[in-house]
Amino acid sequence: MAVSHVEGTSVGAVAQESTWEGNVEELRGLVSDRALTGETMLLNMGPHHPSTHGVLRLLLELDGEQIVTCLPDVGFLHTGIEKNIEAKTYEKGVTLTDRMDYLSPMSNNMVFCLAIEKLVDLDVPARAQVIRVICLELSRISSHLVWLGTHALDLGAMSVFLYAFREREMILNMFEMLSGQRLMGSYFRPGGVWRDLTPDFLPTLEKFLDYFPAKIDDYESLLTNNPLWIDRTQGIGVVEPEDALAWGMSGPSLRGSGVNWDIRKAMPYSGYEQYDFHVPLGEHGDVYDRFFIRILELRESVKIIRQAIQKLPGGPFRSQNRKFVPPPRAELGQSMEAVIHHFKLWTEGFSAPDAEVYVSVESPRGEIGCYLHGTGGNKPRRVHFKTPSYMHIGALPVMTKDHFIADLVAIIGSVDIVLGDCDR
Amino acid sequence: MDIPKALNPVEALKNALPDAVADVVEFRDETTIVVDPTKIRSVMQFLRDTSGLIYNFLSDISAVDYWDQSYNYDINKRFGVSYHIYSMLYNRRLRVKVYLPEEAPTVESVTSIWPAANWLEREIIDMMGVKFVGHPDPRRVLMPEDWEGYPHRRDYPLGYETIQFSFNVEEIIKHKPLAKE
Repeated sequence: MAVSHVEGTSVGAVAQESTWEGNVEELRGLVSDRALTGETMLLNMGPHHPSTHGVLRLLLELDGEQIVTCLPDVGFLHTGIEKNIEAKTYEKGVTLTDRMDYLSPMSNNMVFCLAIEKLVDLDVPARAQVIRVICLELSRISSHLVWLGTHALDLGAMSVFLYAFREREMILNMFEMLSGQRLMGSYFRPGGVWRDLTPDFLPTLEKFLDYFPAKIDDYESLLTNNPLWIDRTQGIGVVEPEDALAWGMSGPSLRGSGVNWDIRKAMPYSGYEQYDFHVPLGEHGDVYDRFFIRILELRESVKIIRQAIQKLPGGPFRSQNRKFVPPPRAELGQSMEAVIHHFKLWTEGFSAPDAEVYVSVESPRGEIGCYLHGTGGNKPRRVHFKTPSYMHIGALPVMTKDHFIADLVAIIGSVDIVLGDCDR
Repeated sequence: MDIPKALNPVEALKNALPDAVADVVEFRDETTIVVDPTKIRSVMQFLRDTSGLIYNFLSDISAVDYWDQSYNYDINKRFGVSYHIYSMLYNRRLRVKVYLPEEAPTVESVTSIWPAANWLEREIIDMMGVKFVGHPDPRRVLMPEDWEGYPHRRDYPLGYETIQFSFNVEEIIKHKPLAKE
């Protein structure tokens, strides 16, 4: 794919010899034959286009304004997270997972911790499970707010962006209370969470839950029945349920097509089976349905958090299994055993069997899966994350076929891609 | 609508394709069926379409490299490719695994069965250097097109950039060409 490449890299050379033309022959088989003769136009979009939500490059073949082929090109944000985790002990790897899907780092922490807990068979106390649910749902809200703001901004509704970010700020402040960090908290650790809820967290959360539902009404009054919004989104980017399944879509993008699959319901983790919530489903599989489902999910998340506060039990916030979880600081002064465990865990880490596990959780974007293969030692042999954005970008050519280039922006926004999640 | 009774995938596969199943591993309530790499497509087609199995969703394809610094591994089983498939009807997962040799690791592509495999396989082509026969678009996906080597192999170094000092600047310039004048 060298169409946009400039031959010769330095500025001086360009002026004299090189042209902007690449070799179209390289694209034979990827684009239609009409592009090779010049009948249709090849247009490069991104990687620095604001509507591509990061660094996604699309090579578009256009017939007038209609998209004939769309070739996504990813990898600009590839940071080798999977490879780096192979060189780290298990607990240190958690920090890297934050950086994948930077809009909902808690989901990445969750899937990696669940995989470790399954591989070494580690228990998670009830209090930690409920704290995890609160954090996961809060990060779902904050991630959906960024999505809502940027998606509306792409389609020309500027004000939603400002409102959505105002509410997101409150959630980030709560994350800061918990973990000391607004975004990359690494708050979940194998066996529980890093520390207990701080005393001011629950009152702040209650205040937020009283404040927030009225704000969802505000977003809805700006968009849901807005004729311009409906014109831009209804009937655009329709994905049939069979196609959505075949292309591996998941999360709200799959449920927008009417497929009832939510991992929180299907294979509950962290005690999700104890909560009463509803999984919203779409009918048409278009951009509007994917939008409306996420709005409904915001309300469901509020419901789940309220139930979680109700049932928050006492007890430890992290497993008491000292072979995997370091002892609290206070014990180090009195117990020789605690010092030994502390030393072993922070120098060598714990060992996991030479076997493989796969777990998946429902992130705000869809199914995020973690394949973890141990070595029998203290570092993993292989960790692989199946990320929803990667699958959704892979499915973009199907979703965008025969649409106008202006609708492409709506479709990209509606599947809620995060390039850090895609490229890892 | 009547849902047909769920079948045990291991028994069903052993009855239908007896020479395809090499091994069955159970670990932490996860079933892994190790199959012959030359039969992966017929196995997958069978698992997807047989009434009582209907593994209709391809969750993930992951590759693992069993290379080891002391060369204590089986060169005929250096790479493992794990397919994680999911049945929405029966709400269960299954892992199908193939082992590939060090010399020319090649397996059939399952893109024609699940289009989702297209990008998942491309990632493995890119990162592990496993060849998927019949893949419609086997280009690199995450690394640049002209990249050499396969970064997720265990014998590929993690890599770092040498810090530049005045005494080693010549050495660094040698392997890191600057823009031409």
